[in-house]
Amino acid sequence: MEIKDFHSADPVAWCPGCGNFGIQAALKTALAKLGKEPRDLLLVSGIGQAAKMPHYIKANFFNGLHGRSLPAAAAAKIADRELTVIVTTGDGDCYGEGGNHFIHNIRRNVDLTVIVHDNQIYGLTKGQASPTSEPGLKTKIQPGGVILAPFPPLETALALGCGFVARGYAAEREHLSELILAGIKHKGFSLIDVFQPCVSFNKLNTYEWYAKRVYKVGTEHDVADKAAAMALAAQRERLPLGVIYCKAKPSYEELSGLDGMQPLVDANLDNIDIGPALADFR
Amino acid sequence: MNSEINIRITGEAGQGIVAAGMMLCRMYKDSGRHVFAIQDYMSRIRGGTNFFQVRAAAGPVYAPREKADIVIALDKEAVEANMAALAPGGLLVLDAEKFGIKGLKEGWLDAPVYALAQETGGPIYANSVALGIIAALTCESFDDAGRAVDREFSAKGGEVAAKNRQAARKGYEHAAKNMKDCAFRLAGAPHKSDLLLAGNEALALGAISAGCKFYSAYPMSPSTGIMNTVADYAARYGIIVEQAEDEIAAVNMAVGASFAGVRAMTSSSGGGFALMCEGLSLAAMTETPLVIAVVMRPGPATGFPTRTAQEDLEFALHAGHGEFARAVYTPGSPEECFLAAKRAFNTAERFQVPALILSDQHLAESLINIEFPDASAEPPDRGRIFIPGSGPEPDRYAYSADGVSARAFPGKPGPLAVADSDEHGPEGHITESAEVRTRMTQKRLHLKLAGLAKETLPPTVVNPGAATMLCGFGSTLGVMRETCAAAKDAGFIHFSQVWPFPAEAALAALKGAGRVLTVENNASGQLARLMLRETGLKPAGSILRYDGRPFTLEWVSAALEKEAPVWR
Repeated sequence: MEIKDFHSADPVAWCPGCGNFGIQAALKTALAKLGKEPRDLLLVSGIGQAAKMPHYIKANFFNGLHGRSLPAAAAAKIADRELTVIVTTGDGDCYGEGGNHFIHNIRRNVDLTVIVHDNQIYGLTKGQASPTSEPGLKTKIQPGGVILAPFPPLETALALGCGFVARGYAAEREHLSELILAGIKHKGFSLIDVFQPCVSFNKLNTYEWYAKRVYKVGTEHDVADKAAAMALAAQRERLPLGVIYCKAKPSYEELSGLDGMQPLVDANLDNIDIGPALADFR
Repeated sequence: MNSEINIRITGEAGQGIVAAGMMLCRMYKDSGRHVFAIQDYMSRIRGGTNFFQVRAAAGPVYAPREKADIVIALDKEAVEANMAALAPGGLLVLDAEKFGIKGLKEGWLDAPVYALAQETGGPIYANSVALGIIAALTCESFDDAGRAVDREFSAKGGEVAAKNRQAARKGYEHAAKNMKDCAFRLAGAPHKSDLLLAGNEALALGAISAGCKFYSAYPMSPSTGIMNTVADYAARYGIIVEQAEDEIAAVNMAVGASFAGVRAMTSSSGGGFALMCEGLSLAAMTETPLVIAVVMRPGPATGFPTRTAQEDLEFALHAGHGEFARAVYTPGSPEECFLAAKRAFNTAERFQVPALILSDQHLAESLINIEFPDASAEPPDRGRIFIPGSGPEPDRYAYSADGVSARAFPGKPGPLAVADSDEHGPEGHITESAEVRTRMTQKRLHLKLAGLAKETLPPTVVNPGAATMLCGFGSTLGVMRETCAAAKDAGFIHFSQVWPFPAEAALAALKGAGRVLTVENNASGQLARLMLRETGLKPAGSILRYDGRPFTLEWVSAALEKEAPVWR
């Protein structure tokens, strides 16, 4: 497959210079390398700027409700385990509105790749604080600066036993596409939190701000070492990019028996014999 | 010989009241009687006072009676709480020594239930002793009681079943020897209605029969029974049952699975269904088939978790923001629950709309003997799905005369599958166009509603145009049926689908009626308002009950005797 095979004709509604373009390019590159047809891919999103992504890539898509991408995605994958299901969500969608689903879908461990466009701000609603906003960030609703402690996605995911935790940066497209590809290949819930500069509303976490802080995790990091992963995820001065943690663990599909069944979607609904079940109520 | 008898077994949670009730039901059903049983319990796992009441009769019975001919109390508090429920000439069986009760009142009968249970192995056997006592008072032999015990406990192993059989036998022999003056003999004859089913179970079996392959829900009384039954059969029928982290997840999971091409369902009760409203609206906007069972209980908020109400009719009709077509089924019996589930899946897929099944605790958990349902009724009809090679690939939301466009599934041959909760054009992408918006609204609302209206289930009508016409939906079917059979010049109309509302059928049934009264388990007469709105006919009044308890035959007939039934 080539990148152009994933081209969508739908006009893009992001601001010029938006970090989302970098993520879009990285995702297309990863999909081309993956080699699956658009027909076999399902992109699922909620609401927000990140949630528009499925319109801009040629594939099946389900653009649902704010915060609710994960339950819809997990169920679609359960319904047809042969699909490759990728969730494109944001820090507000995934960590705020959908926080409960974030927690429990890591526990559920359905084979999903979850790309969180983390711009540390609310873009679509015009610049309010997000769960990952830096304390002190001033917005129209937080004129004195954000006072809430930021939500730590990587540490949360690690604490919940997520089998694949990575962080990318929208400006590092090639690197990000490799993370996405690795996430897709990991069987189970894969989290890729992506720093994404918001050129319209976040005047603190700019391309320059990120450039000064991010660095790529070297090969000396043992991705199967949870304590080392936790230490990396906890860094706040310098911000590590790369696979923070990766270790195989049984997926929902294995544990629920789905892997041994024909895909639910292929079940023949004609001639279901309910008689024996009814007879149990004699 | 009595033609019917009403038996209440009562005690605290944890004493095996339900097991005893189930055994009573099977004992009578298998010996040629008809049964109708209600469960009245508190929202607690241990303690309190619960009862299980079985009405057994020579002919079919569909509703509860208030007063019991036999009350058997398994603890002292139950004596106090249930003495008023005793019918004139009835019998209250209690263990005076165990409960420390001195001086028995009229109709009270002492039996050493706990001493007999102790002889068997401990107080846990008291419920089986009680069963044996009732068998001796009402049956010809011990055989049916013995079989009922085996059936109830066989899954727990031969020893448990044998011990309980022994306990029941002790109760039977004690009563046969010491209580024979008090016998209530009950007429009966073999019948074919040999399934013992509650609404929740019937609904679950209907869903399985319809080909539901994905069931996501969050536990909430009294809807949980549906999920329990689907889970019991999940392995056998290739179903995934997923306990969601909350009702919001449950409904969004059902929508996601349905989008991917499987028949999916969720269920809840008032508060949980409230959390599902945005997901309901999502299903409508994305034209994704969705089946939701809403098993009502009294609200507002947490209300009465384990009791019954029909307070959420208007809520179900209007739940979800925005305007869209939906179907709302209101089955009145386990048979109708079974069929409603099958029909709801067909409706949801054929019209690509949400289909709601509105039940309540009384229907969900009351047991009745029914004939083996016709499993071939309502065979799966998946509606319009694009068939590769059948022509050019259509847009997912292509305009059509009936508002329905062909679906495609991700990963399957045909066009890519798309869905958007934003307003979207025929191809599924976000739009801000006024013209598209107008046409899409007409598609989702006007066109689909017109198609749904043509297929609304006809109401059940008995004695149309009678002097008094009762009107109800859902669980009041049974009490209306029996009331009208016994009352003079009374008939009823029962709606097993309230949306789209069958206005013409309602008007035809009520033409020439003297007075029209709705019978509703709510405080405001929601069905009366719906009828007025949809037919222009204003019911003269409503017989309302909103204390969390189901209508009984006594309640409805007492209300009918009043000059003008009041809004209680």
